[in-house]
Amino acid sequence: MARLEPANVEIAHEIISRYPRPKSALIPLLHLAQEQDGWVSDEAMVHIAELVGCTPAEVIGTCSFYEMFKREPVGRYLVNVCTNIACQLLGAEDLLHHAERTLGVRAGTTTPDGLFTVEDVECIAACTEAPCLTVNYRYFYKVGPSDFDAIIADLRAGRRPTRCAAEPGEDGEIPAHGTLHRVRQSIPGDRRAGNADPDTAGEPAWLGAGGAS
Amino acid sequence: MTEETVVAAGPPPIVRIVTQRFDHPDSHTLDRYVATGGYEALRKALAGSPGAVVDEVKSSNLLGRGGAGFPAGTKWGFTPPGVWPRYLVVNGDESEPGTYKDRQLMERDPHQLIEGCLLACYAAGLSQCFLYVRGEMALAQERVAKALNEAYAAGFVGRNILGSSFSVDIVLHWGAGAYIVGEETALIESLEGNRGMPRLKPPFFPAAIGLYGKPTIVNNVETLSNLPWIVANGADAYKQYGSETSPGTRMFALSGHVKRPGVYEVQHGVTTFRDLLYSPQFCGGIRDDNRLKMFIPGGGSAPWFFEEQLDLPLEARPVGAAGSMLGSGAIVVMDHTTDAVKACLRVVRFYARESCGKCTPCREGTNWLETILQRIVDGHGRPSDLDKLLDIGDNISPGPYPAASWTDGGLDAVPFPPRQTTICPLGPSSVAPVVSALRRFRPEFEAKITKRSVNIPLHVEREGTRV
Repeated sequence: MARLEPANVEIAHEIISRYPRPKSALIPLLHLAQEQDGWVSDEAMVHIAELVGCTPAEVIGTCSFYEMFKREPVGRYLVNVCTNIACQLLGAEDLLHHAERTLGVRAGTTTPDGLFTVEDVECIAACTEAPCLTVNYRYFYKVGPSDFDAIIADLRAGRRPTRCAAEPGEDGEIPAHGTLHRVRQSIPGDRRAGNADPDTAGEPAWLGAGGAS
Repeated sequence: MTEETVVAAGPPPIVRIVTQRFDHPDSHTLDRYVATGGYEALRKALAGSPGAVVDEVKSSNLLGRGGAGFPAGTKWGFTPPGVWPRYLVVNGDESEPGTYKDRQLMERDPHQLIEGCLLACYAAGLSQCFLYVRGEMALAQERVAKALNEAYAAGFVGRNILGSSFSVDIVLHWGAGAYIVGEETALIESLEGNRGMPRLKPPFFPAAIGLYGKPTIVNNVETLSNLPWIVANGADAYKQYGSETSPGTRMFALSGHVKRPGVYEVQHGVTTFRDLLYSPQFCGGIRDDNRLKMFIPGGGSAPWFFEEQLDLPLEARPVGAAGSMLGSGAIVVMDHTTDAVKACLRVVRFYARESCGKCTPCREGTNWLETILQRIVDGHGRPSDLDKLLDIGDNISPGPYPAASWTDGGLDAVPFPPRQTTICPLGPSSVAPVVSALRRFRPEFEAKITKRSVNIPLHVEREGTRV
């Protein structure tokens, strides 16, 4: 668990280059560190500070504010059960208790085999499909106790859960914790418009032709 | 059209503008987008002047969909003249309890959002765009990233777009789980790599001093997603839908105790809550034909509405005058089996957890509200607790708090928005459920205090042991 690996440093530099000020890349780089190790280590934060040119204290300041960043190892699968109002109305608390009982852990802790961490989370924007949960931020809708058991059994067996979320075109793959989106934005060099530097950038060229001021 | 005739005639016809491609399984791809008229609005805009786009949007009177409901075209005009560069920050971090629409728009039609961003940048002279997607929305990030890569390759985004002098980069940025970042100045702080704590405003709003201290337009995902249609079809076509003051359509996510929960795009300003909750083409009524107890009309921050407010149109002004807001288009419906005290606690707990800690009344107050409500639910409530709840609320949000009228109870509506002792509206939002529930269901609270029924979690009871 350590600093960013060379391949990730390369990605980090590319991400930093998209912002007029390097510190703006802090949250994406913390995600990158979490993608590499599954959590964000102190060494990674020191490295990120070097990359964006701020102090490690500033990095931990930002990192500790956001709940998706885990500063200690969590399970391979982060099971986030929503208990906010819309889900609560349709039985989310029972679902959370079921999850805790089945996995034998309290919300906020990890199973001894390091596979599952259960969390009691706030609204995850699937309110019309309540009660819902995410596993490593992949959605499962209208989850009852037996659905939950099936999802866990599939994950334990290393299978893609057969009961996957209903978003059209989703493939049902659940990457290990830390990997958020599996597609990165990449801007081809010849297509880049370039950053708008807050200190030097002037009036955009297309306004010069007339029109809005 | 008066309210009565709308009710008598049933809900106004369904018009789909931003959700028009949702039925296609490949609605998120460039091929489908272009095949259904995508990026035509951009071509049309580039053939004319930026000012023409501004005029079109201003004339459409498109209202911001983020909660404040400010006209989008007017907001663009607030940037100070001659100060460069200007930025566009897309607020895709909406985390209001009950809100679902922005995730759908990003997952199912990312190109529509991208085209909307381009139109806004072209019109208002914004030199760089940051598309901030909520951290938990992995699929939305994937779809937007893929769409951006496609759009760059096809020449719709980046340098010299479609061979013109218009050049702008759209940078995908993603958050890491903090509700408060949905507030526009907190969003900017977060985008600068800091803790997402709101900035003091007024006097300076982001349009004057925003990202990196430069003029910044912050627009909601749904607002921007409306632009391609408006530019392609014209403001007059847009204004034939909805009401005069709230034209076009709006997305509402209906959840809770209804027969058919879902995200519905309806005509803005003319459709009523009753239409949404009871009409067969929308929710089709309360589950098991139960009685409606209350509903949250605009996300967790909105004061609750009851049966008396069902015939209000979905329009900012009348809803505000009646004591609540449409907010982020999230309606949570609760039937008569709902425990008002527990529901109130659950919403308050959200704000207590999500308070960023910058302002004392919110940081301390939300936690006190939660602690007191929890002890009432647990059967340890004290007779003085109810007044204490209102008193704490008064410290966060002084004066009469917005609430719905209740003719049987002899209470008149107090209009929204509330006053606040905090920088942002998160603190006052935690007061909304407390005042709403206490005004209407005080006997329920009192019963919990006097009867002392102990709240034992289900799992403890089942196992017969105390954990």
